Parts: sequence; structure tokens; C-alpha cells
Amino acid sequence: MTDIDGRGYARPDTLVSTDWVARHLDDPSVRLVESNEDPLVYPSGHIPGAVEVDWTRDLNDPLRRDYLDHEGFEALTRRIGITPDTTVVFYGDKNNWWACYAYWVFHLFGHDNARIMDGGRLKWQQEGRELSREVPTYEPTQYQAPQRDDSIIRAFRDHVLSHVDAGLPLIDVRSPEEFSGERMHMPDYPNEGALRGGHIPGAHNVPWGRAVADDGTFKTADELRAIYENEKGLSSDDDVVVYCRIGERSSHTWFVLTRLLGYPQVRNYDGSWTEWGNLVGVPIEK
Amino acid sequence: MTYPADLRDLVSMLQILDRSDRIQMLIDIAGRFREVPEDIARRPYSDQHKVPACESEAYVWAERGDDADTFTFHFAVDNPQGISAKAMAVILGEHLSGRPVTEVASVSGDLVYDVFGRELSMGKSMGLMGMVSMVTQSAKNHLAETRLAETSNGS
Repeated sequence: MTDIDGRGYARPDTLVSTDWVARHLDDPSVRLVESNEDPLVYPSGHIPGAVEVDWTRDLNDPLRRDYLDHEGFEALTRRIGITPDTTVVFYGDKNNWWACYAYWVFHLFGHDNARIMDGGRLKWQQEGRELSREVPTYEPTQYQAPQRDDSIIRAFRDHVLSHVDAGLPLIDVRSPEEFSGERMHMPDYPNEGALRGGHIPGAHNVPWGRAVADDGTFKTADELRAIYENEKGLSSDDDVVVYCRIGERSSHTWFVLTRLLGYPQVRNYDGSWTEWGNLVGVPIEK
Repeated sequence: MTYPADLRDLVSMLQILDRSDRIQMLIDIAGRFREVPEDIARRPYSDQHKVPACESEAYVWAERGDDADTFTFHFAVDNPQGISAKAMAVILGEHLSGRPVTEVASVSGDLVYDVFGRELSMGKSMGLMGMVSMVTQSAKNHLAETRLAETSNGS
């Protein structure tokens, strides 16, 4: 894979390489944040100095189905010792699914000074770079965060209904089996949280992983445009809604469309299929 | 929970540990993971043995024991970051291999939550439950075959 600057991205500054991270391990203006799906991964070893932000415990409200509020975000930023000026570099397992999810949630609070480490944790590991089990602590900060702004990059079900009625594009990033409704759950186990299978009418199916090259890094802008534009007909001036099952995989695609391809109007519908597939009376396609 | 005695002991121990101690214990357990021996299976592994819905690319083999009513379970996990899958494989392999198939068949997918707690994503839960299901299904199939044979012999 070519250098990040040579891949034609709209915002190459939102990605950093593993080399860049290695050079900034002791940089006090940089905070490394590991976000994983697997709760055993960070404690088993992480990039030295990296803190963990856990998607269940740190980013979600424990009671309501919603993200943490303004106070919760300030508490989180104090814990990990960042200020609005800190460059936060997210990375994690699953080709940065959860890192992109954390990046997206931080963006709801206006923390734009953030990057994703290209290739994620696996690339760092495969390059034989150092991992540490030492959990760092940082001097608590006094981060004055703005109120969470859900209006720009987050979609709710009423927005999505209007979006569907207007015939605007949606990208469903789940697997083809989930998209078709063929697979809702495993035999003998409770369903995956939705009473109906299928997809939101008019949605295109582009599984999130198609944006990832064989080595785990993001594909080039030309390769990405071939998928989203040539194949699926998106255009950079489209108003786009992306979704998956709970909004985590679609955060990855939101990052690709907004940061790598520069689409200005993309919203992540985090209610996703676990909401839509349970809503009474909404249209569904199979 | 219906578990063989030593698995029940392990689950009880995990449940009294605080989160970080439980995680540490599970990491230590994952460290004992050994891939399926080559006399049982070689790469590329057959999709027949692949755990459905497991994004860690886990595989399960059930080797019939000398005693006709037991199995030895073997695993592969094709994801270097699949630490939970490796821990689950070790727990299933160590605690259900050599146990009577009736005991193996009675283990439910709740084992995943009893071992890891509830803070798992749906995808991760599904994958780990898939590993449990592959193991218990081997036992259930064996029991069904045995009953069928007994019925045929008796008729």
C-alpha cells in the first residue's frame, strides 16, 4: 500500500501510519486510544502509553440507548488526560471498526483533532512493534466540552423515514446475508435483536470491509470511488445515510465517505437495524 | 446453569472475580491455546468445521474418544487478535473433552455470558456462542444417532 499522502484522500490528515505513531510515542500532545470489540485485547498488550476507551462502558449511556452526555464526555476526557488541543489517535481490532466508532462519538462533541491509525492494531502487531501491558495514567485535565451535537453526523429514525421518502441514498454496510434478511440469527439462539429481516428500502449494500485492503489499511481514493460511485452510483454532493446493526460498522463507512472521499453530508443512523427491524409499520425490503 | 462439575467450578470462580481479575484470568487461559494437531486437520481448514457467525474465524473438530460416548474437541482460531475465541476454545477443550456426551449436550450458550460477563457485543457473543453450539451439537448428533441405532435394533 502506498503512503497515506499518495492515496488521493480528501483529508489525508485524518489518518496516521504506524510509523508516525511509533515516532510520537512520547509526544505529550498526542494521546493514543485503543478501542476494541474484544474486551481481552487491550489488557493482553497495547501500544505503550495507549489508554483504552471501551465502547460499552465509556461511550454508551448505561441506562438509555444513547451515547454519553456532555458531563460523561468531560469525565472521559479527564480520565484519559486530553484537552481540545490533544491529537487523539484511535486504533483497534477488527480493522478499526471500534476505533472509527469512538472517533465518530468524539466528533459528536466537536473533538475534531483526531486521527485513525491506518491498519489498526493488527498492522502494528504484525510489524513486530512493541506492546505493553502497563496501563498508563495521565494527569486529569479540565476539558470544557460543548454540548453533544447530533444534528450533523447522526441520523434518527424520523430523518431516515424522510430520507427514504425523498429517495435519497442509503448505504447498508452489513453482510449480504443480513442485508437480504437471510440471516437474522443463528439456529437455536435468540435472534439478533430484530423481529424482521431485510433492509431499509432503497439501500445499497456495501459491506464495510470492502473499504479495507488486504493488509488492513484503507483502500486508495480511486479504489473507494470505484466501489461507492462507479458501482453504487453515489456522488460526493449526495446526502447519504449509512447504517448497520447498531451503528458501529457504519461508523467505519462514515469515516471512509467523509474523511477519505470528502463527502460533506453523511449521517450515521446508529439506531440501525436493531431499531428499524423492530419498528412497527416502517417499510422493509428483502 | 447445567455444567459438568469442574466447568461449574471455573464459572463460579470467574463470577466472583472483579472485572479486571476475570479478564486477566481469561487472558491466561487463552495463553494455553494450542491449535488443532495436524493429524486431525491441516490448513486450509474445511468450511464444514468453521463456526458460523464467528468473526475470529474459529474452527471446531470433534474427535471420537476411545470410549464411544466421549469426544476430544480441537480448535483453530485464524485471527491473532481472537483472544476471547482462544480462551473459549481452551475452556471448551479442557472441560468438555472426555466428558459423557449427555453432559456436553446439556451445556447452553449462556456459558458465554457466565464466562465473559454481559459486556460483549452482539457479534462477539454470537461468535462465541457459535463455538459452544458446534461442540454441543456434536454431542447432540451423537446422541441422536445412538437413539436411532437403538430404535432400529429394537424394531
